[in-house]
Amino acid sequence: MMTQGMSLIVKNTAKLVTGFIAVFGIYIAMTGHLSPGGGFAGGVILAAAAVLVILAFGRRGAKGLITDAQCHAWDGAGALAFAVVALCGYFSGQFFVNFIPRGKVHDLASGGMIPLANLAILVKVGAGLAGAFLALAAFRRLGMGKVA
Amino acid sequence: MGIAIYLLTFAVLLVGLYAIVAKKNIVKIIVGVLILDYAVNMLLVLIGYRRGGGAPILSRGQAPGELARTAVDPLPQAMVLTSIVIGLGLTALMVALALRLYDKYHTFDMKEIRKLRG
Amino acid sequence: MGVELFIVALIGFMLLAALIAVEARDLLSSVICVGAAGFALSVIDLLVGAPDLAITQVVVEVVALVLLIRMVVTRSDTSVTAPRDALRTGLVLLAGGVILAAAFFAVGGVQRAGTMPPFGEPVLAHAKGDKVPPGVSQQYLGDPDELDKVSAGTRTADDPNGLGAAYETGTANAVMAILLDYRAYDTLGEATIIFVSILGAYVILRPKGRIGPEEGLLGRKGSA
Repeated sequence: MMTQGMSLIVKNTAKLVTGFIAVFGIYIAMTGHLSPGGGFAGGVILAAAAVLVILAFGRRGAKGLITDAQCHAWDGAGALAFAVVALCGYFSGQFFVNFIPRGKVHDLASGGMIPLANLAILVKVGAGLAGAFLALAAFRRLGMGKVA
Repeated sequence: MGIAIYLLTFAVLLVGLYAIVAKKNIVKIIVGVLILDYAVNMLLVLIGYRRGGGAPILSRGQAPGELARTAVDPLPQAMVLTSIVIGLGLTALMVALALRLYDKYHTFDMKEIRKLRG
Repeated sequence: MGVELFIVALIGFMLLAALIAVEARDLLSSVICVGAAGFALSVIDLLVGAPDLAITQVVVEVVALVLLIRMVVTRSDTSVTAPRDALRTGLVLLAGGVILAAAFFAVGGVQRAGTMPPFGEPVLAHAKGDKVPPGVSQQYLGDPDELDKVSAGTRTADDPNGLGAAYETGTANAVMAILLDYRAYDTLGEATIIFVSILGAYVILRPKGRIGPEEGLLGRKGSA
């Protein structure tokens, strides 16, 4: 069941809906400093969109869309971006200090480095969880010779 | 009413602890860890509640002084946000371990696995 | 009073779901009951005034439920047959009774013996005349008198010390300001933990290690 995916209705619905789920996750992460949400919730929603694709199309069908190498690359890039944002605090004299000038309170570009850090966490958590689920879906039964 | 809330939270914590200690099936042990995690997060959030208070987020047109007077405590919420996502990583790791154990010993039962010692 | 009654009802529902999850014979039922408990927790978060937590809890619980169901459904060992261990259960119930009694005394069940603040009055700040400085959370939210002065115009916001998250960091969401500005180092530690745990899950599920898929350490001769 895990290789071929689900029925035609589920596949077509997944094609329609996955884009909206991904955009919603990115929206919640981007406006984390204005309304509830933040990078972690947005990242898990993005990973849920990837999980929907993997479940609906099966492991073989999703191979062109979500691959192991891509997930690991984005995961590492997100973690690296977060570390870069932390080190850039040295421009203002201290580790992890908010170095970008803060704007007005309810703007999108307010809060200094907080939106940048939210985006880095979104990429990292989303790609990491999608990669973990891909590894879980690809796990074969050893010793039985059959595909799970 | 406050005492009842805290005692019920401790009761949920004890149910999770009971599942970890006294159950032999790996899936039940994982369920126990999850319930323990939920109970601890709930206790931390409930400690910071202020009667009649709102969320610590400044709405448009709200005076910051009024927010500082009536908001609930934001610090336990920040700690619990961290804890929830760490719980998800923990679940992923435990499920991976349980799958590996099943594929090596073909059972979820801890007593059998201890006997086999592959 | 209505909100607190509702919270009590939801915690009671969570307790019931937890008991069913732990005692059910069918593994799929127990996993679904854990999902119900997580959903009740997210509604409690919403009532207590923590919308960030409600969003994160719902989504995390859905993904955890998918992981657990994936583990349970595709394996053939779907029901529990082991007998109950009487000694362990008795010991856990005894420890449970002791913990509940200690919690009852700490929370203020007996007059003048409580150590936790009562429900609904968090220890945020002390009165102005105290020798103890204000609690940490009050520093994050801001001093209400100073903020009133800024709104009335008698004090400018040029030097935003002590004015709280909105003026010191420029964000409206105080929880995000704590996570990513005041306590950003802890968030770096949390990102590291997530990174390492996902890496560990991936390494455990790898099909072919360096030694080989079927031999263990005992079957190998010579150096690794």
